[in-house]
Amino acid sequence: MPVSREEGGRSWQRHSSAQSRARFMIQLGIVAALVAAWASVSSQTTWSFVFDAGVQLRDMSMRMFPPDRGYVMVLLRPMIDTVHIATLGTALGVFIAVPLAFAAARPTTPSRLYVRPVALLLLVASRSVNSIIWALMLVVLIGPGILAGILAIAFRSVGFVGKLVYEAIEEAPELPVTAMETTGAGRAQSLAFGLVPQVLPTMAGVSVYRWEINIREATILGLVGAGGIGMALQASIDSLAWSQVSVILLVILGTVVVAEWVSARVRKGLA
Amino acid sequence: MADRAGTWRPPPRIQSGALRAVLWVSVGLYLLAAALTVEVELARVTEGLARAGDLFGGWLRPDFVTRWTDIRAGLLESLAMTAVATAIGLVLSVPFGLGAARNLVPAPVYIVCRGGLAVFRAFNEILVAILFVAMFGFGPFAGVMTLVVASVGFLGKLLAEAVEEIDPSPLEALTTAGASWPSRVVFGVLPQVLPRLLGLGLYRLDINFRESAVIGLVGAGGIGATLTTAFSRYEFESVSSILMLIIAMVFAAEMVSGHLRRRLL
Repeated sequence: MPVSREEGGRSWQRHSSAQSRARFMIQLGIVAALVAAWASVSSQTTWSFVFDAGVQLRDMSMRMFPPDRGYVMVLLRPMIDTVHIATLGTALGVFIAVPLAFAAARPTTPSRLYVRPVALLLLVASRSVNSIIWALMLVVLIGPGILAGILAIAFRSVGFVGKLVYEAIEEAPELPVTAMETTGAGRAQSLAFGLVPQVLPTMAGVSVYRWEINIREATILGLVGAGGIGMALQASIDSLAWSQVSVILLVILGTVVVAEWVSARVRKGLA
Repeated sequence: MADRAGTWRPPPRIQSGALRAVLWVSVGLYLLAAALTVEVELARVTEGLARAGDLFGGWLRPDFVTRWTDIRAGLLESLAMTAVATAIGLVLSVPFGLGAARNLVPAPVYIVCRGGLAVFRAFNEILVAILFVAMFGFGPFAGVMTLVVASVGFLGKLLAEAVEEIDPSPLEALTTAGASWPSRVVFGVLPQVLPRLLGLGLYRLDINFRESAVIGLVGAGGIGATLTTAFSRYEFESVSSILMLIIAMVFAAEMVSGHLRRRLL
């Protein structure tokens, strides 16, 4: 701990002067970057539109209320479709992610030099592209509908599930695997009985967690034509039927809350 | 598989065989039923897949040059939106996170803050962006507000969980010494959770950048706006170059933030 001498005697300081100078420079840099960023956002903003946001909000709320209650029945089918998209997409995503995770994890990869980097790149690419962008591409390829939505959700989930599972594999103690090998078990056997039981709870927990996120993501895929409640939302927004929009938002909120509750319960049970 | 003498099988997680069978069958039935609702128009799929060449051909010859001015402006705008929104979100998440920690506040405050955070997280960024674009007009300001809401929901919830898990003894010591609520928070709680909050903030920086690439789809500025334009013009060479840049920047950001987070914790 550096101690400096001042007029009143010795006083304790947390950082040496070189350290505090470096800290000051870093803080200054962060503030300068933020100011520059704000200036750039501000220069692209039409402030008169921002200032009348209150008027717009009041206008929008008045159009949204009362919600068109009869519309709930129409939404039933698209909402079920949305849940299907999330569930099937998650299932397919996990199915692709698990082999990739084993290929990416250091202890299990067939080749650290060739296979591991490719698997890691695939996982990163899958994660960097948002599901709605996947949906945009898939709608071009296979046409609008639920299938595009399922594939979009699956492709996005691969990176998420794969990353967390491969980290779990790398963090799992190797001792049980070594123990299996010393008994004369083959590679596949020692992994199946020494490693898989260690990562299975993570795998299940991550999948359920991703399913919950996917419910949320599936609600918007329809905006680009990939099925589910988003298509109804797009239609209502395009026809300026705000009293339907509010119903859709309420239905989405309800479903998301239920999905979150289910996911929390299941994960608590797994832990 | 038949049980042979000397063959060991791990005990199943669910003891009752009947329950296990019921679970497997119902999962299978659900997946089948859900899969059957998927309508696949084979004609459209084959027609589309024939066009896959255009789309993926774009990946083989990405074009960074033709739209470079737009791409550069979009990327810079995305970065600016990300930085501003993460900073504001980080600051705003502190009161929400403290208010949503059961061990710090009375029940009514807890319920209001928890509820607020739940609503912030419930709606996908795109939905929030649609409303904000309607309110604030097109452009990055609506995008910043969207990302702020999402960041507060994310950081606030995780901060509240971190606060609920702190070591209570410093807090008790301060209470015994007669410290007021603000000084209890500043000296008893924040030192324990600040490194974690900063780590989460860095993580959120990644997420916000990724999200800033999509909220442009509904008019909230950033590289997403450039991407949408490229898509609607069928300029798949530009699309692929934008996506490649996003992937590269996310990868780089992940490396940097991972490194910083390891140093923080």
